[in-house]
Amino acid sequence: MNTQSAFRAAMLAPDAPVPAGLVAPHGRPAGRRFAIYRNNVAVSLTEALEATFPVLRALVGSEFFAAMAGVFLRAHPPQTPVLSRYGDAMPGFLEDFAPVAGLPYLPDVARLELALCATYHAADAAPVAPEALARIDPVAFLGARLTLAPALRLIRSDWPVATIWQAHQAASPTNAQSPAQSPAKGPEAALITRPAYDPHFHHLPAGGGAFVAALIAGQPLGQAAEAAPDGFDLGALLRLLLAEGAIIALTTGESP
Amino acid sequence: MFDAPRSGLPALAGVGYKPQHYAQILADPGPVAWLEIHAENYMGAGGRPLAQLRALAARFPISVHGVGLSIGGEAPLDPDHLARLKHLLGWLQPASFSEHLAWSTHEGAFFNDLLPLPYTAATLTRVCRHIDQVQEALGRRMLLENPSTYLAFAETEMDEVAFLTEIARRTGCGLLLDVNNVHVSATNQQTGAHAYIDAFPLDRVAEIHLGGHQAETDDAGDALLIDSHDAEVADPVWALYAYTIAQGGARPTLIERDAEIPPWPELAAEAGQAAQILAAATAREVPA
Amino acid sequence: MSQHIKTLAIAGAVASALSAHLATPAAAAGKEKCYGVSLAGQNDCKAGAGTTCAGTSKVDYQGNAFKLVPAGTCTKMMLPGDRAGSLTELKRDIPA
Repeated sequence: MNTQSAFRAAMLAPDAPVPAGLVAPHGRPAGRRFAIYRNNVAVSLTEALEATFPVLRALVGSEFFAAMAGVFLRAHPPQTPVLSRYGDAMPGFLEDFAPVAGLPYLPDVARLELALCATYHAADAAPVAPEALARIDPVAFLGARLTLAPALRLIRSDWPVATIWQAHQAASPTNAQSPAQSPAKGPEAALITRPAYDPHFHHLPAGGGAFVAALIAGQPLGQAAEAAPDGFDLGALLRLLLAEGAIIALTTGESP
Repeated sequence: MFDAPRSGLPALAGVGYKPQHYAQILADPGPVAWLEIHAENYMGAGGRPLAQLRALAARFPISVHGVGLSIGGEAPLDPDHLARLKHLLGWLQPASFSEHLAWSTHEGAFFNDLLPLPYTAATLTRVCRHIDQVQEALGRRMLLENPSTYLAFAETEMDEVAFLTEIARRTGCGLLLDVNNVHVSATNQQTGAHAYIDAFPLDRVAEIHLGGHQAETDDAGDALLIDSHDAEVADPVWALYAYTIAQGGARPTLIERDAEIPPWPELAAEAGQAAQILAAATAREVPA
Repeated sequence: MSQHIKTLAIAGAVASALSAHLATPAAAAGKEKCYGVSLAGQNDCKAGAGTTCAGTSKVDYQGNAFKLVPAGTCTKMMLPGDRAGSLTELKRDIPA
């Protein structure tokens, strides 16, 4: 085994002996000097995960999260040096991690937090110009495919993850409902937009998730709307998308 | 060739940029003449980080300091990461680009730490090959920083200064002298910090780093300093810095703080302390 | 609702959304609560201070070696299926 393979293996295995050939002054064994590197790796990657998953951390508690992060970072060390992308493997990890098997909504909470992070770093894009909207008649608009902003993210879940996430925001308008209270049962969808630089979080009404998913899939507006349930307020959601700068282009006609 | 050992940074004080200081830096930079960023934090597609960086770059010379290229790695450099760096340097056109004499990626995993190297002929050849590759890909000279080390390799056959000197000679790269790292490593390796500075090729130094450290002890009870960047620059490091400037002249000098980030006025005041030492040295160099 | 009536309703909703947006394009953006994810960069070159023990702490997860149970806000929420809130019930899910 070459030097860095041995170093790597020993860094990730807390019980492993210090690799041969590492020394302290006067030729003494490196001992806990090697532990500094082990520590830096574990602590810095745990801190990166804590920054990306604050709600997940609150849900399971900081002590549990730190221990779980220790397992995660050894199984899934970062694949690139860009740490803002670290944690993509967390939802899949949570699905298989037996100690959280009783909390089946955690993977979707993790997906939501990853989506917020991705939105924050996503490409900038100018919303479709008001003049372009003014020119188009509503019937042609129904046949149009919408290009949504690269920062837009949709999270659809079988669990009330939007309510759970909102309940953990100090500034949340729904925070009168503390995390101690139980969310309504049932599936929820969250939409994340970024009109400027701050991600905006929207808890979509029933039917909103399917509608936005259809738009993302490239369905024309009218077709996406027809799939929505009766009573779904299409106008309100469309106004939201427009106001949030989430529509960056309209394509009318047959071309995709 | 990239052998002109000059820096685009002014020989004044700078600080490591932290987003919480954004508005205050623009409103009142005080003694801070330039800013340094960590390259890997600006590799997203857009959003606030890049917008802030564009605005800061319009006002200040920027130094891009990479923390993830793994120049000392046994594996080839990551071409994707090199491409990300090239993209960032391409649009930003920073005054300086620097990286570390360390490794951080192996077998596809990034460890987010600056891991140590044995100073051998084989390592020297590999590091020089990687630096050649970086300078070729980026089309510019880079600076290489001396590390903080906590242990040594039995196989090491050169001292660190000789190793860095030879790298600079072979590749034409400049050097980034981290004076806190000199103090930390000299303490940890029980060698002399002033002797290190005396031997260092100061004419190759295009930037200096100053940061804080924490003190621990090793298994034998000997002092073990940690390069934690979470405190003010320590007095012995200020003294070693003044000694370095007296020997080699004024250089662009960065105050590094990566944890326990103080309010802007405190960080600016620490930069002011470096600025005073630089101003005194510059006054000596250019008599009125 | 017949398909025809539904299509008309959709066209009407689209028309009113467009005209409302064109009348006050920026109005709704101000109304939305911003949660301000303020993400500092996560890459730096510091070393963790003062805790050489953290990297060697025993956090291995091999089968049931992981002794901790979640103890955050999840313990106060009762969710569909409703094993989530109770640590007693949660333990049932951990392989012995």
